[in-house]
Amino acid sequence: MKWFDICSLDEINPLGARIVAGPKGDIAVFRTADDQVFALDDRCPHKGGPLSQGIVFGKQVACPLHNWQINLDSGEAVAPDVGCAHRHEARIENGRVLLSLNSQTGG
Amino acid sequence: MKKLKLVMIGNGMAGVRTLEELLKLAPELYDITVFGAEPHPNYNRILLSPVLAGEQTFEEIVLNDLSWYAENNIRLMLNRKVVEIDRAKRRVIAEDGSEAEYDRLLIATGSNPFILPIPGNQLDGVIGYRDIADTQKMMDTAKTHKHAVVIGGGLLGLEAANGLKLRGMEVTVVHIGEWPMERQLDKTAGTLLQQALEARGLNFKMQKQTAELIGNDEGRVRAVRFADDEVIDADLVVMAAGIRPNSELAEKSGIPCNRGILVNDTLQTYDPRVYAVGECANHRGTAYGLVAPLFEQAKVCANHLAMLGFSRYLGSVTSTKLKVTGIDLFSAGDFLGGEGTETITLSDPIGGVYKKLVIKDNILVGACLYGDTADGGWYFRQVREGHNVSEIRDHLMFGEGAIGDTGHQGQNKAMAMPDSMEVCGCNGVCKGTIVKAIQEHGLFSVDDVKKHTKAASSCGSCAGLVEQILMSTVGGAADVKPKSEKAICGCSDLNHGQVRKAIVDEHLISIPAVMSYLNWRTPNGCATCRPALNYYLISSWPGEAKDDPQSRFINERAHANIQKDGTYSVIPRMFGGVTNAAELRRIADVADKYQVPMVKVTGGQRIDLLGIKKDDLPNVWKDLDMPDGHAYGKSIRTVKTCVGKEFCRFGTQNSTGLGIDLEKALFGMYSPHKVKLAVSACPRNCAESGIKDVGIIGVDSGWELYVGGNGGIKTEAGEFFVKVKTAEEVAEYSFAFLQLYREEGFYLERTVHYMQRVGLEYIKKIVLEDETRRKALAQRLMFSLSFEGDGWKKAIAEQSLKKEYETIQLAQIEPA
Repeated sequence: MKWFDICSLDEINPLGARIVAGPKGDIAVFRTADDQVFALDDRCPHKGGPLSQGIVFGKQVACPLHNWQINLDSGEAVAPDVGCAHRHEARIENGRVLLSLNSQTGG
Repeated sequence: MKKLKLVMIGNGMAGVRTLEELLKLAPELYDITVFGAEPHPNYNRILLSPVLAGEQTFEEIVLNDLSWYAENNIRLMLNRKVVEIDRAKRRVIAEDGSEAEYDRLLIATGSNPFILPIPGNQLDGVIGYRDIADTQKMMDTAKTHKHAVVIGGGLLGLEAANGLKLRGMEVTVVHIGEWPMERQLDKTAGTLLQQALEARGLNFKMQKQTAELIGNDEGRVRAVRFADDEVIDADLVVMAAGIRPNSELAEKSGIPCNRGILVNDTLQTYDPRVYAVGECANHRGTAYGLVAPLFEQAKVCANHLAMLGFSRYLGSVTSTKLKVTGIDLFSAGDFLGGEGTETITLSDPIGGVYKKLVIKDNILVGACLYGDTADGGWYFRQVREGHNVSEIRDHLMFGEGAIGDTGHQGQNKAMAMPDSMEVCGCNGVCKGTIVKAIQEHGLFSVDDVKKHTKAASSCGSCAGLVEQILMSTVGGAADVKPKSEKAICGCSDLNHGQVRKAIVDEHLISIPAVMSYLNWRTPNGCATCRPALNYYLISSWPGEAKDDPQSRFINERAHANIQKDGTYSVIPRMFGGVTNAAELRRIADVADKYQVPMVKVTGGQRIDLLGIKKDDLPNVWKDLDMPDGHAYGKSIRTVKTCVGKEFCRFGTQNSTGLGIDLEKALFGMYSPHKVKLAVSACPRNCAESGIKDVGIIGVDSGWELYVGGNGGIKTEAGEFFVKVKTAEEVAEYSFAFLQLYREEGFYLERTVHYMQRVGLEYIKKIVLEDETRRKALAQRLMFSLSFEGDGWKKAIAEQSLKKEYETIQLAQIEPA
């Protein structure tokens, strides 16, 4: 598993996100209020909206285009909507945010 | 901690709704046991009539299937009628001897049909109309027998009669009153209804008293005899002469009852461990037989069971809708009228339309509609909100649609629409899809329909139509609350007004403080409540409450409008729509340099650069070197102007000059929703002042002000507000109006809707009649604006804001 040190935790706002340009498209890296980080392809399963631009709350993000709610930990849309955004691994180590691409799912 | 034990007696709509609300609030608090006398899980009793009429099946009307009970760990005891409540030992005992102990008991036993105390009422073939078993019996009898008599010409009786007729029986409705449904309709509407039903083949015997039911040798009913000795054939007699609260069990256990189990405002009986909701309960002298009030009770009861205890039930205004396909009638509130009331009537007996509105002290208190019920929901809202209708009195009769309904071909008759007709033009949702979702998922509110179908979830202009479809599908069960009563979102039970009041009264200045003080259910809210809270905070406590960019929708956070492909649009400000050669050159240079795919002139008299990548935004702004246009915000957008007397041969005033001054003064103003102004220099009104939040029209002797206009979803002409002499007065009056809207408007409520909610009279009283308050309002607006500024300049200048626009390039990072 290859890990990339993408930025320090401070460089992502709490309840915010950053865009990481990956080899196969943008990845959104989210930070929750309790300082957990999650990474998803920056494409809403609905109409491809950039999830990184949505409002983050709890462990969810609301897509800025049509307000689909996506679970950050699974990438799954909240019912009754159905769909899934591709997930990548992200974690925090010594105040740095590490990202590992999941090649199975694009990224 | 050991869980508390909650037992519910009765497995109907009110009770199960209470459990659903409770599980939302406190999923882990109770071990729940439910006793149901019927062999079925909770179903939609209101839809028994469509089942009888053959329009739906039993399976379709189930609301909570068995797996729902299992998923929520609810012990479900079907087919077990509870026969005793032992309050001393806190347990209930069922007919088959099974028992359950409780810490809290919820009685939701509903009601029983009233069976007339006449000879023969025990005969075979004599039934009430209450549950699936009754419905099944009617359907079976219709196959083998001919003559049906329905006693009672109320809502339920007529629905039963209609269903039996559709199943092939000869049906006679016997009614003691002068016209059918006299509790919901006045004489004119009732007579129209009777004629319509007679045309469908139903027989009516009015003002008849049933004396006896006569049986045959096998103990089955064969005829009905009236008090005047007339006798008619009857193989089936359906008693639909009213319902009685089923309070027998409670009464036996010593709980005080009087036409229902007596409950207080938290739905507790005299034994505080024991609650009662639904048709079995009597609240302040009323036992409700319609479902909408029961759902309101359920919410309050759940709140109390969850030990939150901040919610009270204060009674309900009810509305009625008959579920007989093809017959539209609707009534709400005090539709009969009486002393001190005035009525407006529209009567077209040939066209089969009758409408009556009852007004008391300038407030709509009741409505009775027959034939055209499209505006039923709207009237019902007016009745519940109780605001002054004197301003709209002359077009009140023509309903909400009279105010314009662009984009839906003026289509506003939900019942008459074919299933294939498009309702939501934004998301392409047809009526059939909505009806199907309502039936399959058991939906009761427009919000639920939005979630499941996306209808009305974009521009919202079809929300009224969706509401009508909901009402025509589930009848009185539809939850059609006005925004002023609705909870702000799922994170709290409080409405916008309550939240704002708390922020002001308690001097709350941050989102976490609000959430903690008001017991928000979620740790950091959701995408619906956070932007609202952020707005209420910064507008209530300017300079003290700190703006939270993460609680703003992306457009306001990035100071540009997001487009469908994730790029942004940039609109620099041109005060009053006036620009010059230097600005236009810079715009042209930016368009070249950043290869802007589209350059477009907007409706607000400025220029839009579309398709800008987010990373480029700060540089685009820097190169433009023009002020932030705030075209992305719930904020002041533009002040549109006409040429004015400087150039125009008709102009009477300097409209561009005033427009520019106003736009500069209001620069950076955030508001509940977007705000647009216009200034025209003569009544030809080239700047379209009539459809702006504040529209100003210059005349030779001064300026006329119009407020609450709207050119968007629903075209609304602004209302005349005041005429003033000077430009300074224009500013003072407009600013006072805008500040009042900023302080009292709900988030995402346009000025027109704010005005409809509080009434123009109220706004006039504060702004026009009270000079001190007017000046104070205008001053507060200026104070607020002293903290606002140019979002673009700030984003360029402040290092900490840069990261919003920067993409991290993975290609430049070595793996660790």
